[in-house]
Amino acid sequence: MKVPGAGLAKGLAVTLQTMGRRSVTAQYPDVKPELPPRSRGVIALLEENCTVCMLCARECPDWCIYIDSHKETIPAPPGGRERQRNVLDRFDIDFSLCMYCGICIEVCPFDALFWSPEFEYAELDIRDLTHDKARLGQWMATVPPPPAHEEHGSRPKELDAAHKAADRPAAEPTGPRQPTAGEVDGP
Amino acid sequence: MTEVLEAALRIVLVLGAFLTLPLLVGQTEHKAMAHMQSRLGPMYAGGFHGWAQLVADGVKFAQKEDVVPAAADRAVFKLAPAVALIPYLVVLVAIPVGPGWVGHDLDAGLFFVLAVMGVGVLGSLMAGWASANKFSLLGGLRTAAQLMAYELPFILAAASVAMAAGTLSLPGIVEAWEPWWLLWQLPGAVVFFVAGLAELARPPFDMPVADSEIIFGAFTEYTGLRFALFLLAEYAGIVVLCALTTVLFLGGWRGPFDESLGGLPGVMWTLLKTMALAFVVIWARVSYPRLREDQLQRLAWQGLVPVALGQLVLTGVVAVMVS
Repeated sequence: MKVPGAGLAKGLAVTLQTMGRRSVTAQYPDVKPELPPRSRGVIALLEENCTVCMLCARECPDWCIYIDSHKETIPAPPGGRERQRNVLDRFDIDFSLCMYCGICIEVCPFDALFWSPEFEYAELDIRDLTHDKARLGQWMATVPPPPAHEEHGSRPKELDAAHKAADRPAAEPTGPRQPTAGEVDGP
Repeated sequence: MTEVLEAALRIVLVLGAFLTLPLLVGQTEHKAMAHMQSRLGPMYAGGFHGWAQLVADGVKFAQKEDVVPAAADRAVFKLAPAVALIPYLVVLVAIPVGPGWVGHDLDAGLFFVLAVMGVGVLGSLMAGWASANKFSLLGGLRTAAQLMAYELPFILAAASVAMAAGTLSLPGIVEAWEPWWLLWQLPGAVVFFVAGLAELARPPFDMPVADSEIIFGAFTEYTGLRFALFLLAEYAGIVVLCALTTVLFLGGWRGPFDESLGGLPGVMWTLLKTMALAFVVIWARVSYPRLREDQLQRLAWQGLVPVALGQLVLTGVVAVMVS
């Protein structure tokens, strides 16, 4: 049976229950938000890992990464020969254009780019949103350690490959090398 | 000489209550409503949980320019906030808060209180007409329609208590009150409270101000201090309505325990009941959506008036049986 006024009482009960619960308001400037570990706040650059391969700049959908570099010759060590390497002169990301897709971080083969959860870098002048390599390098300190892998997930391929190389028995320095079982079956 | 001093003291006390209690209700509304909506409400003003928010609001209102529309009826426009606010102060004088604790004990206190409370609504009517604004006029008309509809059950319900107590004096009603009246006069109490809410144009009966459809009704053109006075009148109205319901239906200063048996002093009981009712006013505001104009009228004429008449009959029959 429908009791008259049951709906009214229900409405009152809902508001009273809500009053008893904790409010959801985040007091943001006073209390910093607890962001999830993979939050996309700002992109950090680990300059030492960058080889100026330009993959990030080429893959960037809105072309907001600017890279300049020059080649440097390393003098030959005794008994060796001269080598050349790329030196990074300029690495800018224009965050007024960046759409935070994270493709640059995905494609970087040498782990030079990272997501940082820091997001408080608003500027009064749009030009100041272009972060140079020094500023991008400063963000590295705020990059959190990567979260642990899932317990029952498959092991990352990089780890398998590394273990495969490391677990291989070291070559005997003396005597003729004995073929192993795997090598006998090979072509 | 002592009589003059005593009268002055009473008036100062009433004025103090008139200036502080509405602010207390307003602040409670800020915080209770916020938490009912899973918010925090004011948190900064005054440092501790925004306790000084209404003081800050008052300062802000006082600094604003006092604009009078060019086509407005200047004198009426300027007078309206006072007409809305003063009656509640006058009513407060006649409401007893404890045995002997009354600004002025009138023989026909109930009659006086109901008559003067009706005057407060005139402020909204004046504001609605004098603003020379179509939204204000619509708000004023809605206020008038609401006053017509809800004044009747309001007075019928009050008459029921007067019949039961056999007196029109407010302290007399509290003296005559007995706990079983809570059940006997329950329909009347509900009608009185709901009709009072409608007369104050509090949500869910806020059609006259309905900010999302007619801006703010009669108060659309008001700014600064005059607008603040209208707001203060609304909260003073809540205090008066709750105090009146307490006195008429909840036994005023009489608590479940006598003061001699370690109960609370009578004044505390009155304040406690009044604040609890004020909380119910806020609670209803948060819980229910605004009624449509026709629903509002139907509730009054088809719901409250018959219930109030039935309560009158019930009161009459029981009063005769008891005596």
